[in-house]
Amino acid sequence: MTTYIIRRLFQLIPVLFGVTLLVFLLMHLTPGNPAQLIAGETASQSTIERIEVSMGLNDPLPVQYVNFVTDVAQLDFGYSYRNNTPVFEEIKPRFWITMELAIYSTILSIFIGLIAGIVSAVRQYSVRDVTIMIIALFGMSMPNFWLGLMLMNWFSIQLGWFPPTGWGSAGQVVLPVITLGTAGAAVIARMTRSSMLDVISQDYIRTARAKGVHEQIVIYRHALKNALIPVVTVVGLQFGTLLAGTVLTETVFSINGLGRLVIDSIMARDFPVVQACILIISVIFVVVNLIVDISYTLLNKRIDMD
Amino acid sequence: MSQKELLKVKNLKQYFPIKGGIFGRTVNNVKAVDDISFTVNEGETVSVVGESGCGKSTTGRAILRLDNPTDGTVEFDGVNLLDLNKKEMRKMRKDMQIIFQDPYASLNPRQTVRETLREAMAIQNVVPKEERGDRIAELLETVGLQPYHADRYPHEFSGGQRQRIGIARALSVDPKLIVCDEAVSALDVSIQAQVLNLLKKFQKEMNLTYLFISHDLGVVRHISDRVIVMYLGKIVEVGDKKSIFENPQHPYTKALLSAIPVPDPDHNKDRIFLQGDVPSPIDPPTGCRFHTRCPFATERCKEETPELRSAGYMAEGHQGACHYMELIESGEHQPTRETSNVRMLDEEPEKV
Amino acid sequence: MSTNESILEVTDLRTSFFTEGGEVKAVDGVTFDVPAGKTLGIVGESGSGKSITAMSILQLISHPGKIKGGEIKFRGKNLLDLSEKEMRKIRGNQISMIFQEPMTSLNPTYTVGQQIRESYKIHQGLGKKEGSKRAIEMLKLVGIPSPEKRLDQYPFELSGGMRQRVMIAMALACKPDLLIADEPTTALDVTIQAQILELIKELQDELGMSVVMITHDLGVVAETCDYVAVMYCGKVVEYADVRTLFKNPRHPYTVGLLKSLPRSDRDQEELTPIKGTVPSPDEMPVGCRFAPRCPFATNLCHEKLPSLDDVGDGEQIRCWIYTDEWNGDPGVKVYEPERTTEG
Repeated sequence: MTTYIIRRLFQLIPVLFGVTLLVFLLMHLTPGNPAQLIAGETASQSTIERIEVSMGLNDPLPVQYVNFVTDVAQLDFGYSYRNNTPVFEEIKPRFWITMELAIYSTILSIFIGLIAGIVSAVRQYSVRDVTIMIIALFGMSMPNFWLGLMLMNWFSIQLGWFPPTGWGSAGQVVLPVITLGTAGAAVIARMTRSSMLDVISQDYIRTARAKGVHEQIVIYRHALKNALIPVVTVVGLQFGTLLAGTVLTETVFSINGLGRLVIDSIMARDFPVVQACILIISVIFVVVNLIVDISYTLLNKRIDMD
Repeated sequence: MSQKELLKVKNLKQYFPIKGGIFGRTVNNVKAVDDISFTVNEGETVSVVGESGCGKSTTGRAILRLDNPTDGTVEFDGVNLLDLNKKEMRKMRKDMQIIFQDPYASLNPRQTVRETLREAMAIQNVVPKEERGDRIAELLETVGLQPYHADRYPHEFSGGQRQRIGIARALSVDPKLIVCDEAVSALDVSIQAQVLNLLKKFQKEMNLTYLFISHDLGVVRHISDRVIVMYLGKIVEVGDKKSIFENPQHPYTKALLSAIPVPDPDHNKDRIFLQGDVPSPIDPPTGCRFHTRCPFATERCKEETPELRSAGYMAEGHQGACHYMELIESGEHQPTRETSNVRMLDEEPEKV
Repeated sequence: MSTNESILEVTDLRTSFFTEGGEVKAVDGVTFDVPAGKTLGIVGESGSGKSITAMSILQLISHPGKIKGGEIKFRGKNLLDLSEKEMRKIRGNQISMIFQEPMTSLNPTYTVGQQIRESYKIHQGLGKKEGSKRAIEMLKLVGIPSPEKRLDQYPFELSGGMRQRVMIAMALACKPDLLIADEPTTALDVTIQAQILELIKELQDELGMSVVMITHDLGVVAETCDYVAVMYCGKVVEYADVRTLFKNPRHPYTVGLLKSLPRSDRDQEELTPIKGTVPSPDEMPVGCRFAPRCPFATNLCHEKLPSLDDVGDGEQIRCWIYTDEWNGDPGVKVYEPERTTEG
């Protein structure tokens, strides 16, 4: 197991290298001169040149990249062009908001997805099963900004149950989490259902029944543990989709999270902030998938960890 | 029967690497086939028998270069197949066909029987294009199917019929050697008998040579001229059918034969129960690979690897790889282990 | 034999599968007895309904299958009258079952110990400590070395033969009166098969249980069974004690099976296969199911289904040849058993 984790950590190195390189190139190959941006439209050529030198923009690209990586490793993402504050300070509070949103949504989607999937699988082709699967199809197909707007319209504007915007109070959390979690719940429900159906037809389920095990225990003890194995992978992948979804959800509900920061920074061409956000989101995604893979091997004893 | 050597396998080795460790290097090898040699004469049926993991199927695949062997030579019709490049090998495949256990998995589900057979003939270009239609009808009839079956898909056939299609495909290119890899194992007995009779009939009519890989010793006794017994990647005994079945020399062959349930309630059951399971081919036992389970094993068996050899009282071509063949035969070497108890198992080596 | 007390009497059992293509009568009026303390073999080829028969006894048939009728009397009580709750008390307790694939029949995510202990928990209310003690005893009984260590191992850490021993230990945990073994050795190598069959036989003697052995292998039948029911297309065609069946088979299907079997114990010049194939469910013959493949079939056979009749000595045959109505060649009744090399 330790060997496996160490090996997986080693495998992170090329991934992180790729991510940083990509982010770096993305920013340097896009048209527009950052020095010009900082100095302002009317700045003189000499001012711009001075800024270029101070930012190291005239160094060869590989040197710039090495500097970039070294800084990033120390959590130094440079200064925001807009506010001239350290990017790290800019991101920190927003990062936690987004993480809260993402984690609550994931919990919601796992909870609803699992229950719906199991209920569907146990009574395959029943009215219950068909209804759940139709709802799941809608859940997957609805764009989340649209769902967010609809929820806001019904529950905030029409019924006035929840505040329409912001983040922090319990009431403010409900609608964004539902908006962001619905698609995931639908995907997990479908995955759980097909995985359960597969497991229920396995020989060892028949063995359990032949032993006189109560049907409910057959489902929740013998079948579910095996059915969860592929579901865990989906949850990991879903987390990535979810992070992308935060951008839209945060915009709809005016939440000051990372997603909105990305949008605002792109609009303002605030490259260091954009760079840092993309980098952080990528790293989270990679780490979450590492955790998923490790829990996968813990669940599935058969995977040879060496 | 002609005595021309059609297939000559020498020192064949097939290792499969195991990756592991932090950097995924090759840490060890599965020695699936470890230095075996044998010949198959034209027109005869040689069976390779043994239990799972003995390397019998790997041998068949290595000969046809479906996997590339690690070492050794495979001479077919005087040509070393392992020296051929891809193109030359493809040409050679016309003469060497294989029939698999699961006919369903080896047939393309989206191709009708006609398309399957036409493709086989087109690749090898054995039959002129305009004659292929007639040839297909003829082939189907030979294997006991109707010409109208040609336009059906594999799923429309029963297991026995699909195996007939597999045979028809193999025959379509007019081969010299057919490797039958558990070709009748998945079939019910009544159907199995039909297919076995068919294989025998073709052999007679077309002077085919079979390398028949099977775990079913009843089938092997019925179809073979000679038999090769394998255990953990090595040949432990080889000989004509009569010698192997009626005068087995290697303790493994004896145990294997004694273990087969015979459809006769009065059959006298003098059964040799082997201890434990087959060890892993990754780190096979030293010396004789069978020594961990052999009722007659001694210290010598742990250290010295026995070579295939014959003894004066054995028939021509009958060879066994055991240090004690003669002494066991004469009764001078007695079992060193219990063979009648199925519940006093030795501690088996840890599975890897 | 009829003088023996039966532990299980199955009468006219019918199990069907309701598919889109219509009803498939997998088990179509099956009748047989299992004499107490003896082994009954149910032999047949794929599609004969032998496994479905076994599953029906424990009512393990799930959607879209359904037991349509008949009687399954276990110690005089009809199991089909019991509620699901009462049935659960019988499964794994009085009647146990082992299956063909030891590789897949154990739950991969639970240890051997957890899986054996579960039986003790359900049927005897034993806790972990007492359950483990009993589980170790069972593992010893089935000849598994260092059982204490095995308890904490997962199925994937065991070989096929070991897993089947674990399955047997689990099935016999509560000392059942009847063990149903559904092709218990088909997936195993022949030397391991020999061990497992011997083990089942020894345990049967020690625990005094009865066994139903489902198999396609006539060799296994000859070695392990006292009585045999031969099944074809969902029906029993011949029921006899094992010696009679092999020495004097009467149903043309049984004869055909024996003649198509390649033997490892003697040389055979030629195999005589049964012609044709098993009919598919949607083109099941109306008369005798075997008539289209039977070398002796007459119009009577094609038109009318024969019943399973006693022909004396506890033997039952479903064939027109052995009835007064037979109008074909009278000579076919005499089957010349082949001389065997042994005894």
